[in-house]
Amino acid sequence: MASITIRDAKKSYAKLQVVHGVDLDIASGEFVVILGPSGCGKSTLLRMIAGLEEISGGEIAIDGTVVNRLEPRERGCAMVFQNYALYPHMSVAQNIGYSLKVAGVPSAERTQRIQAVARTLELEHLLDRKPMALSGGQRQRVAMGRAMIREPKVFLFDEPLSNLDAKLRVQMRSEIRKLHRRLNATSVFVTHDQVEAMTLADRLVVMNGGRVEQVGTPAEIYSRPASRFVATFVGAPAMNILEGTVELDGLSLLGGSRRLAMARAGLPVGTKVAMGIRPEAVRLVAPGTAGALNATVDLVEELGAGRVIYVDLDGAPFSVMTSEAVHPEPGSAVGLKILPEDMHFFSSETGSRLDVFKASVPEPAL
Amino acid sequence: MEKRVTFSRWTIGILFAVPQLLLIFTFFYWPAGQAVYWSLTLQQPWGGGNIWVGLDNFRSILSSADYWNSITASLVFAAISTGLAMFIALVLAALTDRQLAGSRFYRVVLIWPYGIAAPALALAFRFILAPEAGFLAVVNRMWPGIWDPGLDGADAMASIIAAFSWKYVGYNFIFFLAAFQAIPRSLIEAAAMDGSGVLRRFWDIQFPLITPTIFFLLVINITESFQDSFGIVDIMTSGGPANATNLMVYKIYSDGFKGLDYSGAAAQSIILMLLIVVLTIFQFRFIERRVHYR
Repeated sequence: MASITIRDAKKSYAKLQVVHGVDLDIASGEFVVILGPSGCGKSTLLRMIAGLEEISGGEIAIDGTVVNRLEPRERGCAMVFQNYALYPHMSVAQNIGYSLKVAGVPSAERTQRIQAVARTLELEHLLDRKPMALSGGQRQRVAMGRAMIREPKVFLFDEPLSNLDAKLRVQMRSEIRKLHRRLNATSVFVTHDQVEAMTLADRLVVMNGGRVEQVGTPAEIYSRPASRFVATFVGAPAMNILEGTVELDGLSLLGGSRRLAMARAGLPVGTKVAMGIRPEAVRLVAPGTAGALNATVDLVEELGAGRVIYVDLDGAPFSVMTSEAVHPEPGSAVGLKILPEDMHFFSSETGSRLDVFKASVPEPAL
Repeated sequence: MEKRVTFSRWTIGILFAVPQLLLIFTFFYWPAGQAVYWSLTLQQPWGGGNIWVGLDNFRSILSSADYWNSITASLVFAAISTGLAMFIALVLAALTDRQLAGSRFYRVVLIWPYGIAAPALALAFRFILAPEAGFLAVVNRMWPGIWDPGLDGADAMASIIAAFSWKYVGYNFIFFLAAFQAIPRSLIEAAAMDGSGVLRRFWDIQFPLITPTIFFLLVINITESFQDSFGIVDIMTSGGPANATNLMVYKIYSDGFKGLDYSGAAAQSIILMLLIVVLTIFQFRFIERRVHYR
């Protein structure tokens, strides 16, 4: 078990910089998920920790030892790759035991440890097979076993579930979680799937464009996104964003065509803001209700447990998620009620969170 | 599902195959059949018919010490030149695959030798290896007489092996490099994470995964070393000194067209063909078992 300290880590290829100074502290035994869209530098950061990419600037330390100049094998990390990277010419047992063989562990002990890992992962009956003869989920398990057998200080996962079908992914997700609880090894897990990220993480790191946007528990990230990017990236369906301007007694939205009345707060009148509201925080009311926005229903997506209602708000797309048994017809009018305490405000210019509003709004003035 | 074209009548299919079959028949089976026929007759050098002699040509060849010497020389040449060409190409390809500085340059330049006609490169090597004025003349300056392919059979053999290997290094290199690059990068990285160093990774991961290519090149190199060596031998040594480099393919030419023993040469061609067939079968039978196809 080990802590990881990342200080101003940078990565550039020739002139292209892909990681712009990342700072991150990962506590011993923590399960940290790095979440971001493709190309945000999350895999690169993971590979920098692993030692598969050179660190162009800054410092990465594992357990207090700076590892910048160390070879991958000297860092004590094990990695599970996206495509599993199993050695095709070796049997499952040889794949799992390869690191022990390289380390010169005697054959008897090796067999015993392979057996132990195989038992944990329910691979015992497959030990003689070649990777070719395994299903996706089984390959995934072998890849896990190969990482586990070394009893590494740090586990690194590079989108290990993205090649599995939906059902298997959910199953492997909980298995990884259980495994972590038992081994309690420091883990860094990279993914672009927010559900995976939310369910697995002790702490979530949201990255965009080579920078860390926010670090926090999944609940913190969901309830207090630090930027417009985080707000729209985490949560499904994505948070609605309406551009607006702060007024004396409310908020003018969508270029002035809509108004939300509310007590004036913190921000100077005239500030341009992006108002965010989660689809699940919007309430459907009868059209014309005081203080509600009127909209036209575009499309209703049935999810079984609830439904997502896409509405048209003067041309701006807007979604509402409800678990109530309402089934509005496309084309019909609805009212949308938005409570000030559910609103998130982001600067129109920088996209960063503006918190003054929320703190000083007691009750909506309807 | 593989897409296949099917014809309603089999005759159409045959018609499509006819041009190809005609070519193969005209340029392969017919000459080969003729060679078999000639090898069983005694052909007059100045024309005017032939006499059926059965297996006499084969008997006389196989009882000739010269011919057995030629077979030995061919086998030595095949083994050493194939080994050398493959080993050098493997090392170069492994280094290029690691993307060391200048690897892009090698990739282009190393294929060129294969494009050079054998006699042209043989001529170049004849100058390079000339004992009195070539690059190797330096060793003669230090130890007079140590290098002389014109007098020493072993030196002559080394010369043609050097020339032939040089040509095939480029050919092998391209195949090896392609094979190395077909190995997913993540496999190498996984091995690195597993604690394996560069050499260990090469031996445990890369080498087993390129065995299909190694096997393919082995078959091609051995076959070519029996056949493609003619131009090199002709220009560099003409089979000498004292028959030391009189490889089977060269002996066929010199016995047939210089000695005017057409029938004996035809019999030698048949033996060479059988030898190559047997060697190839042997390789498929015993070496292919160790190949890991993915």
